[in-house]
Amino acid sequence: MAITLNVNGRAHTVDVDPATPLLYVLSDDLALRGPKFGCGLGQCGACTVIARGRAIRSCVTPVSTVEGAEITTLEGLGTSANPHPIQKAFIDEQAAQCGFCLNGVILTAKALLDQNPKATGPEIRQAMSGVLCRCFVHTRMVRAIERYRDRGTR
Amino acid sequence: MKRYTRDARAALSAAGFSRRDFLKTSGVLIVGFSAGRLTPLAQGPRTADGQLDSWIAIAADGSVTVFTGKCELGQGMQTSQTQLIAEELSVPVSRIRIVQCDTSLTPDQGTTSGSQSHPTNFNERNLAQAGATAREALVELAAARLGVAATGLAVADGVVSVKHDAAKKIAYGELVGGRKFNLPLSPQARRKPPSEWKVLGTSVPRVDMAAMVTGELEYVHNVRVPGMLHGAVVRPPEVGATLVNVDEQSVRALPGVVNVVVRKNFVGVVAEKPWQAMQAAARLKATWTPGSGLPSQAGFYDYLKTQPARDTLVVNSGDVDQKLKEAQTTIRATYFHPYQMHGSMGSSCAVADVTDGRATIWSSSQAVFGVKSAAATMLGLKPDDVHVIFTRGSGCYGINGADTVSYDAALMSQAVGRPVRVQLSRKDEMAWENYGFAYVIDERVGLDASGGIVAWDHESWSPSLGGRPGYNQPGNIVTGMLAGFPPAPFAARTPAPPPSGTFNNGSNAAPSYVTGRVGSAAGGTGTVASERVLTHTIRSPFFTGPLRSPSRLQNTFAHESFMDEIAARVKADPVAYRLRHLRDPRLKEVVSAAAKAANWQARPSPRSNASRSGVASGRGIACCLYEGDNGYCALVAEVEVDRATGAILVKRFVSAQDCGPISTPDGMKNQIEGGALQGMSRALGEEVSWDEKKVTSIDWRTYHSLTLGIEVPTIESVLINRPSGEAMGAGETTITLAAAAIGNAVFDATGARLRQVPFTPERVKAMLELRIAD
Repeated sequence: MAITLNVNGRAHTVDVDPATPLLYVLSDDLALRGPKFGCGLGQCGACTVIARGRAIRSCVTPVSTVEGAEITTLEGLGTSANPHPIQKAFIDEQAAQCGFCLNGVILTAKALLDQNPKATGPEIRQAMSGVLCRCFVHTRMVRAIERYRDRGTR
Repeated sequence: MKRYTRDARAALSAAGFSRRDFLKTSGVLIVGFSAGRLTPLAQGPRTADGQLDSWIAIAADGSVTVFTGKCELGQGMQTSQTQLIAEELSVPVSRIRIVQCDTSLTPDQGTTSGSQSHPTNFNERNLAQAGATAREALVELAAARLGVAATGLAVADGVVSVKHDAAKKIAYGELVGGRKFNLPLSPQARRKPPSEWKVLGTSVPRVDMAAMVTGELEYVHNVRVPGMLHGAVVRPPEVGATLVNVDEQSVRALPGVVNVVVRKNFVGVVAEKPWQAMQAAARLKATWTPGSGLPSQAGFYDYLKTQPARDTLVVNSGDVDQKLKEAQTTIRATYFHPYQMHGSMGSSCAVADVTDGRATIWSSSQAVFGVKSAAATMLGLKPDDVHVIFTRGSGCYGINGADTVSYDAALMSQAVGRPVRVQLSRKDEMAWENYGFAYVIDERVGLDASGGIVAWDHESWSPSLGGRPGYNQPGNIVTGMLAGFPPAPFAARTPAPPPSGTFNNGSNAAPSYVTGRVGSAAGGTGTVASERVLTHTIRSPFFTGPLRSPSRLQNTFAHESFMDEIAARVKADPVAYRLRHLRDPRLKEVVSAAAKAANWQARPSPRSNASRSGVASGRGIACCLYEGDNGYCALVAEVEVDRATGAILVKRFVSAQDCGPISTPDGMKNQIEGGALQGMSRALGEEVSWDEKKVTSIDWRTYHSLTLGIEVPTIESVLINRPSGEAMGAGETTITLAAAAIGNAVFDATGARLRQVPFTPERVKAMLELRIAD
């Protein structure tokens, strides 16, 4: 079945089973590297994308349910040459080891701060409570998120 | 067809290795085009690793390509190795590209593991020696070209110039660009001393950071090959079950299904798309025998002590029983550590193309040369016909599923004759990986009248099965075993032969406080001369393998918790009591440095005003010399314990670490911080669970990793730099100490001793109640 997706500002039409999780379409049909398969169960965050302004788990989201929605993936934010301020904050804090979780960490934090630009520490923790980093770069990642939140005030 | 990773192709191209003609005449003659794809020109051995050209190539434009057998696992090796060459060659970091762990291109440096990459490539050998040899060779070439003695030349930014006439200069690209050095590594080549370092010793940002945060980095999960299909595995439903039959028709009509692949007990489904493959794997009708049954988890630690074992004596002074008998006091305690898992963030993935009697495998294995020969064995190919290309994976922390999924992809590709990509499901990753070892550890000491330790007796029981496959043991991991290859045999041995050779504390089986005397030399870090360390290895019902700080972590949890118990018994300050029994000055220094930085208040534990209700706070310390010779570290933990819930909140870690000369201070801190928190997660929640037939910790609901929603402790790191020393590992030190430091802090806060990992709230409450009942 043909489904049109709006990803990072571009329309893509793909022919897939409408029950296919969005992640597979992004990774395999659109060859995007940002969203990643971590668990396939919506438990770890690696597959996160922002759709309709909210962070969602693309591994458990049937592609048909986001047809027509604005979808943003990690590569939709910025590039190495011109990173988005939240990506810049992670670079400045050197907040990664293997980097596999970064997609979920950055997009979950961005969706929160888009909605609630002055989110407090407990609010950030609440938003991040379903996101894993198995290298445990927690201290740096929290600093990077706060640096991005506070960017206008320093 | 693509046969190298994008990074490798870019690096090769930058080094001028893009045309066969060029290569034939001038380049490093190890790669070239053949039938439209890059392949080794010669199918024989690569350039001998003692040759400079095996390690470094300089292109005509002066860019440098480095070939290394130690790869980036997230620990920062790509950046620090780039720094090493930037320093030794006086070339900007931005002009250096690294080709990591490609069996056709790079030296075989074994496995990237064991905190050995820094020692291997940064001391006076291997990559460091190659860098120094290249610099000296380039200066010699420049001296000849410029007609000036080498001593009159200076090097900066890849240009050799005359010291007193800077106008006279020549660039590396002009000297050797695109041609071979044809030189052996020179043992006499002089490394730049740390006093001259400009790049090493500085916190160069991770060279891969921007690509990671923008989603540009290619992981093995992103490798796409023309004509590629997708495979999914079907593992047995129970441990030890074997295949009776497979009903291929049960999935034949499903969309996209190409083939069902069976090889002995290995079963996989290949489809056009990954979602189709996973759906088909879930619906495939396969019949299996009942499993072999599993020992009860509740009684597992008792079970371990009753099984046939392979016994090893690490050290034995022969007088321990006598000294214990004579001692004023003896103390004993038993510690328990569960199986834990690597639990990589991304389930493991690989791509294989096995066609026309040749195989190319894109793998995030830590040991590409091992995959090459073990996969050749499984596929019935010659090792020379198997090419394995390291491609970045999710952080592995040891042998996760990277090797096994490489076999999965290779078996399925061979069966269907097309390239196949396989990514494991979360359950298949977690239920069948090689777990970190469970342990039961008995500790016993004798004390003299002054409260000093006069004898230390350590005895451990630990289950083991399989492990790293090495070059010829594919059955050490699940796919190899399912395909019909046995794991390394288990051979019981009792009693243990006496220790021989020299003291080897590679597993930290001996505590830091013993002398470690084997033969005439005492290789340990402590003062206790009456010592016995006896280990029992039991055949494990599950595969096991190295998980970050394998055995070192479990042994150190027991040693450092027990040292705290002894100090408490004699009412000594835990720091002072440790120092009293240590003799290695560097270990003593990290203990003192961590205590000082933590503003440690010297007093015995537990704190005397420990209340019996509400939230209690305390501090604990632990220390070790990792692997007996590979990194000094001490870690202080400060905790709060909620007596009502049993919850532990770690508020602060303070570490002090001495790993010789520091290459990348911020990278080292990143490892220290991640290690402390990963250690905290393992101490507080992580435990593999099973029922009578199968593993039941199969996802993030049933295996408990701390999320990013926790209140993160502050972490302070004291880095002790030893510019003139040998490089040691820095990646596995704090993780080794976290459980003991936290447990000791809980004891300080509450008087309750935690002897079983993980320290779940239920276990903490149980120990608190025991304490109140005292």
